[in-house]
Amino acid sequence: MTPAIEARGLVKRYGELTAVDHVDLTVRSGDVYGYLGPNGAGKTTSLRMLLGLIRPDEGSATLFGRDPLLEGARALDGVAGFVEAPRFYPYLSARKNLELVAALDGGDAAERIDDALETVDLTARRHDKVRGYSHGMKQRLGIAGALLRDPKLLLLDEPTTGLDPAGMRDMRALVHRLAEDGLTVLLSSHLMSEVEDLCDRVAIVSRGRVVYEGALDELIATTAGRYDLRTTDDAEAALIARRAPGVRGVTVSRAGIALEGDESAVAHLTLELAQAGIGLRALVPRTATLEELFFRMTEGSAEHDAPALVPA
Amino acid sequence: MSAVSVTTVYAWELRKLAAQKRTYIGLGCALLVPLIFIVSLLADDGSPEGIPFGEYVRESGLAIPLVGLYFGAFWFFPLVTALVAGDIVAAEDGHGTLKTILTRSVERWQIFAAKVLATLTYAFGALALFVVVGLVLGGVFWGFDPLVSLSGTEISLGRSFALLGGATLAYALPTFAVASIAVLLSTVTRNSAAAVVSTLMFSLILQLLGIISALDFLQPYLLPRQFNAWQGLLRDPIDWAPIVRAAWVSALYGLPCLAWAFTHFLRRDVAGG
Repeated sequence: MTPAIEARGLVKRYGELTAVDHVDLTVRSGDVYGYLGPNGAGKTTSLRMLLGLIRPDEGSATLFGRDPLLEGARALDGVAGFVEAPRFYPYLSARKNLELVAALDGGDAAERIDDALETVDLTARRHDKVRGYSHGMKQRLGIAGALLRDPKLLLLDEPTTGLDPAGMRDMRALVHRLAEDGLTVLLSSHLMSEVEDLCDRVAIVSRGRVVYEGALDELIATTAGRYDLRTTDDAEAALIARRAPGVRGVTVSRAGIALEGDESAVAHLTLELAQAGIGLRALVPRTATLEELFFRMTEGSAEHDAPALVPA
Repeated sequence: MSAVSVTTVYAWELRKLAAQKRTYIGLGCALLVPLIFIVSLLADDGSPEGIPFGEYVRESGLAIPLVGLYFGAFWFFPLVTALVAGDIVAAEDGHGTLKTILTRSVERWQIFAAKVLATLTYAFGALALFVVVGLVLGGVFWGFDPLVSLSGTEISLGRSFALLGGATLAYALPTFAVASIAVLLSTVTRNSAAAVVSTLMFSLILQLLGIISALDFLQPYLLPRQFNAWQGLLRDPIDWAPIVRAAWVSALYGLPCLAWAFTHFLRRDVAGG
């Protein structure tokens, strides 16, 4: 099956700066795909290349098998979204702006205007000029503009940036709803909670390069097998743990003992501790959050502690 | 999504122009300037001297727009044209809306073609408004007596109207060239103010070149000179040479500018907004 998005070896340079450095992406139909990276990592430049707004210096990108640079607007059939903040003509009303973009879409896009305004809760303000809209309202209008195209693939660049907490919640609920309706979504974001909440697959990008691409739960699972242990005698328990088969990486701190091992090895260790007369206060499996993984990968710190990652 | 025609994009470009203040400033000037000229004639006994048809402004309303065309060539029409033409692409960069329209079901060439057509519609519309307002108000105050040609012969009333229409069309030729230069500057600079001012400066520099006697050999090929080509129509017999020269000289200025702007627009990265 043709992927919704397939990018191979995308490179974009601005003078000495390589903004996007050999990026490969594969977004399958039905994915809610997180494109995660710190500000300035090259996410927006990548999205612009996907949409044909920027020419890559190397590599190519296709949407449902079509290259926007070769096939022009036809390659964007079934594709909608926005990069950075959605922009509209400030001197026109929201409805007039949507009428304009619907005219540029052709087909029956104009018939969807009222429904799109209703979906993003802007019906009451549809005749107001966009000049007077708040940032959040413009973001919602951007979604409405995208929905006019009846898309199969939605590309959203930082859709909750600048929104207040209620606006963020509403935007995420909207993306949830669209994903449940079967849309493929590429969500670019620097907000870990947002990606964790919405996405099933992710690419993590740092300094223009993809440092991880794959399923989000597989990424989290790479950190499984770590435990925090607290006992009635941590010093003695640590000695026993270091000798226990299948248990490794034992460290002791004021907070207790940290160790690694599979479930059966750790279960066996608890029996040994009991036989030694040491009581368990707590044994907590420690899974790294996406945020911890993100910082390990994007800041390049503690690389030797990072879990074995699926090569991007 | 189905194919979208250039006509559809052009219609929306016109609607966008109709929603912007600068369009009305340009059209307002095209309406006000002949009005001010007529008020000044009513307030004073004098007439413009030493210019084509200046001595007939109180004898026929037909002379009013012709005198207006002569004066308008210096800076008025370049400014009115550049006001919108210099903004037509740069405004999209300013508002960040290029990415909005270029991610719909239209090709870049369609957007560019629609913008050029809308620009020319505005520029020729402003020219027509200027001529019609001068003609109507001039007729109201001084009637529609037949014109006397620049060769001294009387022209019948019907032929006078036809020649005024022809003069307006001849004036549209260098107006096209100015519009094309402004569209190029708008596309390349991506800055409305810079494009408008640069177009006006370019026009004024060409006028300065025209008054340097050492550069007399350049005169027939300077753009400001083409704004006076219409006078050939009002000679008896008609002198077609300046009209023909205005056509190819204006094309020589305008078409390469449009081609450059078109290529730039098609290939440029849309990285802002």
